[in-house]
Amino acid sequence: MTQGLDVSSLFMEMVKASATVDIVQKKLVYLYMVTYAGHKPDLALLAINTLRKDCADPNPMVRGLALRNMCNLRMPGITEYIQQPILSGLRDKASYVRRVAVLGCAKMHSLQPNTEIDPSVVNELYALLRDPDPVVMVNCLRALEEILRDEGGVVINKPIAHHLLNRLKDLDSWAQSEVLRLLLRYCPRSDDELFDILSLLDGFLSSAHAPVMAATLRLFLHLAAAHPAVQADALSRARGPLLAVCGSASRELRFAGLSHVQQVLRSQPAQYCSHYKRFFCSYSEPGYIRLRKMEILVELVNDENVVLILEELKSYCTDVSTDLAQAAIAAIGRIGRTYTEKCLDILTGLLALKQEHITSAVVQTFRDLVWFCPQSTGPVCKAVEGCDETPQDDEGKQALLWLLGAHGELISSAPYLLEGFIDGLKVEISSAVKMELLTSTLKLFLSRPAETQDMLGRLLHYCIEDEADMNVRDRAGLYYRLLQSGPDRTRQILLGPNSDPSMTVLTGRPEEPVSVWASSFNTLGSLCGTGAGPENLPAEDSAHQVHAAEEAELGFGPAEQNLNTEPEEPLSDAAAAELDLTAGPPISHEAFERLWLDLQVVHQQVLEVRRPPEPPETLQAAFLLVKIQTLAFSRADAALWKAYVYSRAGGTLLLAELLQGAPEEPESEGMLLVSIKQQPENQSAVRNFISVLKRVLQTLSSNTS
Amino acid sequence: MVTALSGDQPPVVMSHKDLNFIHVRQGGLYWVASTKTDASPFTIIEFLNRLAALTKDYCGSLCEKSVRMNFALIYELLDEMVDYGYIQTTSTDILKNFIQTEAVTSKPFSLFDLSNVGLFGAETQQSKVAPSAAATRPIMSHRSEQGGKNEIFVDVVERISVVIGSNGVLMKADVEGEIRVKCYLPTCSEMRIGLNEEFSIGKSQLRGYGMAVRVDECSFHQAVKLDEFDTYRILKVCPSQGEQTLMQYQLSDELPCAPPFRLFPTVEKDYGNRLLIFLKLRCDLPPKSTALNVSVTVPVPKSSLSLSQELSSPDQTADLQLKNKAILWSIPRFPGGAQLSALFKVEVPGLSSASLLEVGPVSMSFELPKHTCTGLQIRFLRLSPTHPGLSQRWVRYVTHSDSYTIRI
Repeated sequence: MTQGLDVSSLFMEMVKASATVDIVQKKLVYLYMVTYAGHKPDLALLAINTLRKDCADPNPMVRGLALRNMCNLRMPGITEYIQQPILSGLRDKASYVRRVAVLGCAKMHSLQPNTEIDPSVVNELYALLRDPDPVVMVNCLRALEEILRDEGGVVINKPIAHHLLNRLKDLDSWAQSEVLRLLLRYCPRSDDELFDILSLLDGFLSSAHAPVMAATLRLFLHLAAAHPAVQADALSRARGPLLAVCGSASRELRFAGLSHVQQVLRSQPAQYCSHYKRFFCSYSEPGYIRLRKMEILVELVNDENVVLILEELKSYCTDVSTDLAQAAIAAIGRIGRTYTEKCLDILTGLLALKQEHITSAVVQTFRDLVWFCPQSTGPVCKAVEGCDETPQDDEGKQALLWLLGAHGELISSAPYLLEGFIDGLKVEISSAVKMELLTSTLKLFLSRPAETQDMLGRLLHYCIEDEADMNVRDRAGLYYRLLQSGPDRTRQILLGPNSDPSMTVLTGRPEEPVSVWASSFNTLGSLCGTGAGPENLPAEDSAHQVHAAEEAELGFGPAEQNLNTEPEEPLSDAAAAELDLTAGPPISHEAFERLWLDLQVVHQQVLEVRRPPEPPETLQAAFLLVKIQTLAFSRADAALWKAYVYSRAGGTLLLAELLQGAPEEPESEGMLLVSIKQQPENQSAVRNFISVLKRVLQTLSSNTS
Repeated sequence: MVTALSGDQPPVVMSHKDLNFIHVRQGGLYWVASTKTDASPFTIIEFLNRLAALTKDYCGSLCEKSVRMNFALIYELLDEMVDYGYIQTTSTDILKNFIQTEAVTSKPFSLFDLSNVGLFGAETQQSKVAPSAAATRPIMSHRSEQGGKNEIFVDVVERISVVIGSNGVLMKADVEGEIRVKCYLPTCSEMRIGLNEEFSIGKSQLRGYGMAVRVDECSFHQAVKLDEFDTYRILKVCPSQGEQTLMQYQLSDELPCAPPFRLFPTVEKDYGNRLLIFLKLRCDLPPKSTALNVSVTVPVPKSSLSLSQELSSPDQTADLQLKNKAILWSIPRFPGGAQLSALFKVEVPGLSSASLLEVGPVSMSFELPKHTCTGLQIRFLRLSPTHPGLSQRWVRYVTHSDSYTIRI
């Protein structure tokens, strides 16, 4: 306010000026004193007299003003002067003065933090919770919270909790949300009490005030932690208000609303699916809001809205802002993990724009898509083949190189593309790109040795002789020694899985329980980082997995194989004996779902085995050995465990669902229930399939027991 | 810290050494709060918005100059609103007892005032039009000559967001609306606001009854008394001085009328490196209404160099904004029922058929004075006890475009 100028030398004049009847002048003088009292403690003491006199003024406004500012003076020794006025302020007949005095107690405590807490003040504050003025009551809570911080804050016992709940209606919205927050600390004794409280709070859930609504929802989620149905009901009733916040005129509020919708989506994605249009971006919105909205749109995709959402996202891909355009492309890629064909068409179409940042983002998306959905490999390779623009940024280059290395046999121009990179090696700065180039050239060499041999030699030579970066040089040396051990050995170590080896879960991301995020609901944390967390994870995940896979290739490959072969021997014997199940091309999720919905169950029986406790990877490997392909497993800890598998035999396609813990089959008691659908029908194939399935599962169970 | 905020990427919440900074942007100013605790973001953002609104109420307008000139007033306000970091009160009725300083008003020339001129649909005072500065003066001016004027403004403000597909099908239409009261009456008296009698809330239980004015969801300020709302659609409230939002409502997907604008675009490659964009824009408002400040933004290929245009009247302008790679076509006035056309020739080196994909989607912004998309109207506005001849009541309607996108 003084534009940085130190005006503390005027302190003496200001002390004199404080003795005035003009309230505006008083206020400004007090502001001055509060600012500079720390610099001039000795002079500030002179002002105390005037302040104390004002504390006894007949006008409550003057009393309150003086008391407030006196407590704001931060200088040593002030406490002895303010103690008395505060105590008399607590008993003042004007509520305005009482409000100030109550907070004064907290200020006094913060001035002498290490002294003993005065129990009489604490008791007085607890008593003042019954004050008729609602602001005094809330200030008491605030003051007690500060004073008793070391002991865990103000105690919310049953009488206080009920008192607060009953007075909630009299408070203004700020106080309401603060009280609701404090009530998180209270735990009701019985379910009856709990439901009484919840029904009392019910109206606040649809409050027009976003802070009150959010605080109430958080309290609901917390109190009803043991009643998931109540939580779900509260979430669905808060949906309207939350959506209204997302469309609020204040964009900061909009952002907060969106971040909280993201949290809710972690548990209940279905709730907002039909409202997807609310999350379409507006051109006038700032980037940070649009990025959030795209993240949300990805979560909301289902069979009905996928076309419209993709169309909307597609229109963002040509946005002026590179960040937004790339985020939109990545979003389409995420949807592509479920709706592969539709998204591949859009992504391939974007390549035609021939714009660097778009091409780069599309190639990165392709890499992730191929990793997660192996069935998209063919079209992706064709698209990469047809694209004559290469990405110029590091991320894009790495993605393209990975694709060339992993699926070089499907991209006829792969050696030429790689050669281009090798020719430009001297001007390449990024060591990550060089490492990727080494790996992918070596991989391509294994699949197409004739075309690649020469350039691999050049590359290794350059990297070992002329490269300055130690990591790249070491990697080149490692590959060189690896090649010396022979191509078969190299292949065995270098070539890992080219797609996600872990199981994909049936419906996208698993729904998390509410408790995972409820504690951060309506806190700043939900706005800063964590909101973006889960959306970015899968992409990072894939990177990690790529690394993990590489690691496995290099060092731990053989060990892993040993692990997988464990169940192999007894199985393959059994399988070979009578079975003619055959593996075929993988079936996409969409195709499986369509078939499953179209077909009737031809056979259903309870297998006399329990679910093997193995991790899904082992299960899948075991199934694969007997030519049963796996589509999806539910999480291992799910109450209702499911797995979808399929196989082909004698010209028919068999689809099966394994189910454990079906509620309508209590007598099965953890035994697996298998339902089989088939096209075309062939009973003997079903019998064969069942016997194989049973044997695999029995072997697995006996192995572990 | 504030200087570190870049224009486009304010992440609302920032942390630095265990201190959280939360900010909002209003009136071209950053309003920043800092806290050490993990407080409720909704509360802090709402409080900052409220602080900005109160500053506007008390100072008359919200800009750097008015904040600088009214330092003492704003300090007084803050001192009463917040004590030791705790919000004490934000109600104008309570605060006005404590605020002693007079507001210093500047008379800034603002384009907003100009645009306001047309939108005073004075329903209660047919012949008079309120001066444009009427609603941008401080609420408390005891001694100035203007202070004697007892006025109350009721604004119905709607924001519409629409997406129209490339085939002309309406894909999304949302309306967010609110009824705002701006009150300069020194004494509180009960005000009764009558809405359309056929106003209904909720998913069309009244389908097929024709002219019903319908909204999906509706919420009210806690001071609004609703005892006559269910039967007569009357809101009762004792307005406090300053601005308040009495009612907020949303309508999604079902507009009672056609969207205000339709676009018929043709995009083709001319000979050479020239791109032809022919736009025919029709305004589907009733003939009596007019859209103001219409601007149409057409994204063009990244490599576009220059633009030549043929517009249908001289008051329109169009230019190529190289930074945004878009053509901006502005139309100051657009009467309902009219149709305008424009031909843009864009020079694009290396034009290919793929470049055509970069044209679009077209976005528009505009305001529609005296028009509500939901059809919500205020039947009457009564004050009781009536101030004989003293008070002037104004009802205004306006629809803003929140987002109006037409795909090509």
